[in-house]
Amino acid sequence: MIFAKELNAALHECLETDERVVLIGEDIVDPYGGAFKVTRGLSTDFPERVRTTPISEGAIAGVSAGLALAGMRPIAEVMFGDFITLCYDQIVNHITKYEAMYNGKATCPVIFRVPSGGHRGYGPTHSQSLEKHFLGVPHLRVLAASLYHDPRAVLRDLLGQTTPALFVEHKLLYPQNFGRPGGLLATDDGTTVCLSAVPREDCTATVLAYGYQAMLAAQVVEQLAIEEEIFVELLVPLELSPLDYGPIERSVAVTKSLVTVEEGTAGWSWGTEIAAVLSARMFGRLRRPVGVVASVPTVIPSSKSKESRMLVGTPQIDVAIREAAK
Amino acid sequence: MIAAVHTDEPRDLRLYRRMRFIRRFEETLLDLFDEGVLNGTTHACIGQEADAVGVIEHLREGDHIFSNHRCHGHYLARTGDALGLMAEIMGKEAGVCAGIGGSQHICAPGFMSNGVQGGIVPTAAGIALAMKLRGADTISVVFIGDGTLGEGAVYETLNIAALWQVPLLIVLENNEWAQSTPVSLNTAGSMAARFEAFGIPVTETTTTDVLEIDRLAQKEVELVRSLNSPRALIVNTYRLCHHSKSDDHRPEAEVAIRWQIEPLVIQRARLSEADWRRVDSEVDEQIAEVVATARALP
Repeated sequence: MIFAKELNAALHECLETDERVVLIGEDIVDPYGGAFKVTRGLSTDFPERVRTTPISEGAIAGVSAGLALAGMRPIAEVMFGDFITLCYDQIVNHITKYEAMYNGKATCPVIFRVPSGGHRGYGPTHSQSLEKHFLGVPHLRVLAASLYHDPRAVLRDLLGQTTPALFVEHKLLYPQNFGRPGGLLATDDGTTVCLSAVPREDCTATVLAYGYQAMLAAQVVEQLAIEEEIFVELLVPLELSPLDYGPIERSVAVTKSLVTVEEGTAGWSWGTEIAAVLSARMFGRLRRPVGVVASVPTVIPSSKSKESRMLVGTPQIDVAIREAAK
Repeated sequence: MIAAVHTDEPRDLRLYRRMRFIRRFEETLLDLFDEGVLNGTTHACIGQEADAVGVIEHLREGDHIFSNHRCHGHYLARTGDALGLMAEIMGKEAGVCAGIGGSQHICAPGFMSNGVQGGIVPTAAGIALAMKLRGADTISVVFIGDGTLGEGAVYETLNIAALWQVPLLIVLENNEWAQSTPVSLNTAGSMAARFEAFGIPVTETTTTDVLEIDRLAQKEVELVRSLNSPRALIVNTYRLCHHSKSDDHRPEAEVAIRWQIEPLVIQRARLSEADWRRVDSEVDEQIAEVVATARALP
C-alpha cells in the first residue's frame, strides 16, 4: 500500500481508538480530503473531530494548544510545511513551554503533521524542508516519516506520551509503496532502521539519512553495492531531535566514517550538529571528517533543472558516499 | 479561596475585600521589589481590580481562565492562593510553579497565564472547543488588553471561534496604554467593531465600578454558557501604575484624576467607614502573614 494510505489508515485508527484525538487543518474534510489526500474519508466517519479551518496557521496551532491543554489529542496538519513559520510563536513560546514553565502542572501534547520537501517544482515557498529551524527547540520532538517506519506505531507512540511533536512527511513519500527495500539487509536498533547490502563489519562508511532522502540514499547504497562493490551502512532514524546517538556510534565504531544527508539547506543544520557531536565523541576513531550533504542555501527554484541542481538528490548522495567510503 | 471566605459577608463588603486584597498584594510586591527581595519584573493591575473580581465572581468550577502578563488579579480572584503566588514571584520552590514561571506564567486548576501577547487567545478558544466537544457545561474566559489587539492571532481566533460557536468569553480590559503607547497610536477604528465584524456580540462599558462590571459579566457569562457561543466584554478602564516597574511617562495630571475614580474609592462610598477600615486592616494582616510565610520558605 502506498504511504499516504498507510498514514490515512493510521489516522483512522487514532480517531477510532482514542476519543481525545481531533484532526485540525486546512481543506482536510471530504470530499477534498486534504491537499495530499491523507485525511480522505476521515471527516465522513468522524465529522465532529475532523475540522477544516480557515487559512489561519497561527490559530490552528493555538487552538490545538488549547485542545491539548484541556486533555484532548490534537493532530494538526500544516498543509505545506513551508507555512509552519506561521505556527512558530505557538510552538516556541507556548506549546513547548507549558509543561516545563508550569512545573509539570499541565501538558500540551500537540502533534503537527508537516508535509514538506521539494523535487516537485512547487518553487520557493511550497517545497522547503524547514525542520532544521525546529531542531533543538527544548521540549519538542521532531520526527520524520519514512517508508521504513510504520506510521501507526509512530502515532501510537506520540499519543502515549505528552511531549509536543512535529512529524515531518516528505511529500514525495506519499505515492511510494511502504516497506523496506528488498535488496538490502534490514535490522532495527531502537527506532533507527539499519540497511546494508552486506554485514556491518564489511561496510566502510555509515550514511545517515531520513525521510525521502533516506529512500534516495537506499537506492544509491544498493546501486553502489551491486555496481561498484562499495559497501556502506545506511541508518534511517525516526527521530531527528532529540537524536539517539547510540545507533550512530555503534555503526561508526565499525565503519570509522560518517556522512549525513538532509534536503534542507546547508549550514546550521541537522548534519552539522551531528558532525560536531560525533567528532567530539569519536575523535580519533573517525577515519575522515564527517561529511554533511545538504541543499544549496538559496531559494528553491521552480524550474525543474534548476531545482535538481539546488536540492539534494541521488547525484549528490552518490558523490558523498563514494568519498566517505574511501 | 478568597471567593469562598467571607461568603456570609454582605456582597458590597465582600467585593470590596476581594479588590482590596489584590490591591494590597500588588502594592506589597512593588515594595518588595524596592527592597530588592524580588527578581525580574512584574506587571501590576492596580486600578483594574474590579474587572478581575467582577468577572470571575461568576465563574464555576470547571470553567477556565487564560490570562496574560498582568495576571495577578485574575489569579487571586480565581484561586485566592496568595502564598503560592507570592512564593512563585519570590522564586521559591513552594511557588505555584516552583519559581519557574514567575509573575507571568502561572498555572493552577482552571487557570493559566502566559506572557506573550495574542497567542493565548487561540489557546483559550481551543480549550473552549474541547469543552464543546465533550458536551460540558463550562466556559473558557480569556483576558486581553488593548495592546493585544495589535496581534493577528486575535483575529484568526475571532473568526474560528465564531465559525465554530465555542463557549469563549473574551474580556478586553482597555486600560488606555499599551506599555508606553497610548490607544490613539495603537488602535484604529472601533474596538467593538472588531468583534462585531465576526458576528461576535459585544458589551462595552466605561467604568471602574465593580458592581457595574459584576452585573454585565453575570449576563455575559450566562449567555456564553447557555448559547454555547463566543461573546466579548469590553471594559474601558485605567492602569494606575507603571506598565511593569518604574517605566511610566504618562502625564501626572492624567493619572492623578483617575485615582479619584478608582475601584476602591467607588466601592468604599457604599460602605461605612468602620467596615472598610476593618477590612483594610484585616487584609493588611493577611498580606503581612503571606509575606512573612513566603520569606521564611527555602
